[in-house]
Amino acid sequence: MSSGIVSRLKRKKVLELLEAGTRMDGRGLLEYREMTIRSSFLEKAEGSAEVRLGKTHVIVGLKAGVGTPFEDTPDEGVLMVNAEFTPMANPTWEPGPPSEAAIELARVVDRGLRSAEILNMESLGLVSGEKAYILFIDLYILNYDGNLIDACGAGAIAALKGARIPSYKISEDNEVSKTGKTKKLKLRRHPIPVTITKIGDYLILDATAEEEEVADGRFTVTFDEKGNVTTLQKSGAVGFTLDEIKKCINIASEKAAEIRKIALGK
Amino acid sequence: MSKKSKKKFKRIDGRAADELRPLKIETGVVPNAAGSAYIEMGRNKIIVGVYGPREMHPKRLSMPNKGVLRARYHMSPFSVDPRRSPAPSRRDQEISMVLGYALEPALFLERYPRSVIDVYVEIIQADGGTRCASVNAASVALADAGIPLKDMVSSCAAGKIDGHLILDLGDYEDKKGEADVPVAYMPNLDQITLLQMDGILTPEETEEAILMALEGCKKIYQVQKEVLSKKYARPPELESTEEKTEEEGE
Amino acid sequence: MSAKFESRDIVLPGDLLYEGRARAGDNTYRREGKIYATRIGLVDYTGGRVSVIALRSSYTPIVGDVVIGTVVDVELGQWKVDIGAEKEAILTVNEAIDRPFRTNMNLVRILDVGDTIAAKIVDLDKRRTPILSIRGRDLGKLENGFIVTMTPSKIPRLIGKKGSMINMILKETGCHIIIGQNGRILVNGPNREMEDLVTTIIEKIEAEAHIPGLTNRIQAFLKSYKEKKE
Repeated sequence: MSSGIVSRLKRKKVLELLEAGTRMDGRGLLEYREMTIRSSFLEKAEGSAEVRLGKTHVIVGLKAGVGTPFEDTPDEGVLMVNAEFTPMANPTWEPGPPSEAAIELARVVDRGLRSAEILNMESLGLVSGEKAYILFIDLYILNYDGNLIDACGAGAIAALKGARIPSYKISEDNEVSKTGKTKKLKLRRHPIPVTITKIGDYLILDATAEEEEVADGRFTVTFDEKGNVTTLQKSGAVGFTLDEIKKCINIASEKAAEIRKIALGK
Repeated sequence: MSKKSKKKFKRIDGRAADELRPLKIETGVVPNAAGSAYIEMGRNKIIVGVYGPREMHPKRLSMPNKGVLRARYHMSPFSVDPRRSPAPSRRDQEISMVLGYALEPALFLERYPRSVIDVYVEIIQADGGTRCASVNAASVALADAGIPLKDMVSSCAAGKIDGHLILDLGDYEDKKGEADVPVAYMPNLDQITLLQMDGILTPEETEEAILMALEGCKKIYQVQKEVLSKKYARPPELESTEEKTEEEGE
Repeated sequence: MSAKFESRDIVLPGDLLYEGRARAGDNTYRREGKIYATRIGLVDYTGGRVSVIALRSSYTPIVGDVVIGTVVDVELGQWKVDIGAEKEAILTVNEAIDRPFRTNMNLVRILDVGDTIAAKIVDLDKRRTPILSIRGRDLGKLENGFIVTMTPSKIPRLIGKKGSMINMILKETGCHIIIGQNGRILVNGPNREMEDLVTTIIEKIEAEAHIPGLTNRIQAFLKSYKEKKE
């Protein structure tokens, strides 16, 4: 995610500390930084959430409009997730179209929501083949200090939960117009991604930018509240043993519940 | 004309003709940036992050005798209704240029040949007058970054609606009014660095509008000063009556 | 009085500091017979000179500075080093090793991308590119420890008058510390606790550098830290 230059000094220090069971900021290997989420704070967005996870700072905006459904799903609404790595968020990030990392982030969060069937997409259809709700979730990174997937995944849930979308009425000749009222989205589940980062032989949670810089790979597991895995994503040019994968899934299932509480404002 | 002024003029949000919207500025909001600021001007919410002076890539865009100021104004898709595409629009590009022109006179670019100062503006929520708010935040962010400045830059727009000249236009007034005149100003050097106008005004009204905007700029400058100096004010518990001269370790 | 502020007042960029004849010192500029501040800081009128002790500053490379940087590129006969300044610095092979340069030398084996070095700025070329050297005591590749950053203008407070502050810190914590004038500090301690202590002290100095009584406060802080442990 950085410029690709890995500081040898940093990696050495990080591994030294991991061996001693600790990290640069004193956390345990499976400890999260403090996460705070404030939702529904933007007036021009139907839904919004501001997530702070340590120094990682992300705003999730949800916009709801009306548009054309996809051809192969004429009765369903459309959900699109987009990630923006703003150039201010990190010294090596430049303006331009989404990088690979930004696309991967958007896709992992998207799949987490979609696989869990968080929304009844048919309830978001309006006129078969012609009009449907189009929901845009924009993941806006304002300061990068690691673990964007977990921050954005939790933020997306918070934004969806607090969202109020406009109600529409459909006339006899299929004209769609606003009723002036708003309604909430019905979320069937609340999938939460948990990312495990591998540095050497160590598995840690909630990596900082420094830790991601020196990491060998990472593995994201998304859980719903019923304890089901809804998404897996292994990233980075390193191998994981089956044992490590199993460990990751166990770790993630515990943490997902804790993060879900914060995302739902409990 | 006199009939109109006798009738009580009300703006859509109840403000007086020369009243600014509520204004809040914070610094140091983007830890990774060299300097940063967050501004709320009315319902505008804008973040600015500054990097540099730093090596410019690609080299061919750099200049041999002075540094480059690269201002980038960008609106988030959820900043307006309906959603807009994240791709930079022509309006974004024009405002980026104008923002650059507004800030450059305050910089010592000749000190940084072949280097760049990046000013990244992200509009989180837009409600009229975003370019002025961006200048105000960018100026504070540059000072926060410790980049040498000739002066601060303060910005405000004046305009006209229903025949009345007004200060600090909100979104509604921007869209429905007869004129919009954004101005940016260096208060100590008494120089205007941004001046645009859209609408219909007589030359006298134009001058009046600019003067009104300058008054607004001066008020905003006071807020910028307060924010920056408050950051370094001494907390009372650290007041020390024993000031040893060996403190000065320069 | 032609001075517009009291000594040690906080001033902002653009503030008029002095009207009349005086020398324009650090972080000021002269215009039409007046002297203005260019950075946020404390104004100083001593010694017939008007200057500002900057509270926030970007780093300006000066010949003689010791800096800490990261190697970002390997080129023919030289490395490019990021030192957080407006230009990337250059370290030539001649300034890195004693042997003369031969074109079949594998530079990567001496220093590679991602290595951290402590170096001295020995020159600024005509394009203001800092030229480095690692030939010298305590210079060269850094193998252990971690980097703490600080705004460059406050580095003198970390050092203290005649090294009083840094010597106190070294003595009380037993850490090995290399101070880069570019605001990067290498810390390597006997244990994590002492390293954390140094990091905390550096953060305190960053936050309170402009408030008089700093050395006393740091001294008191170290004292109460030791007492808490007993």
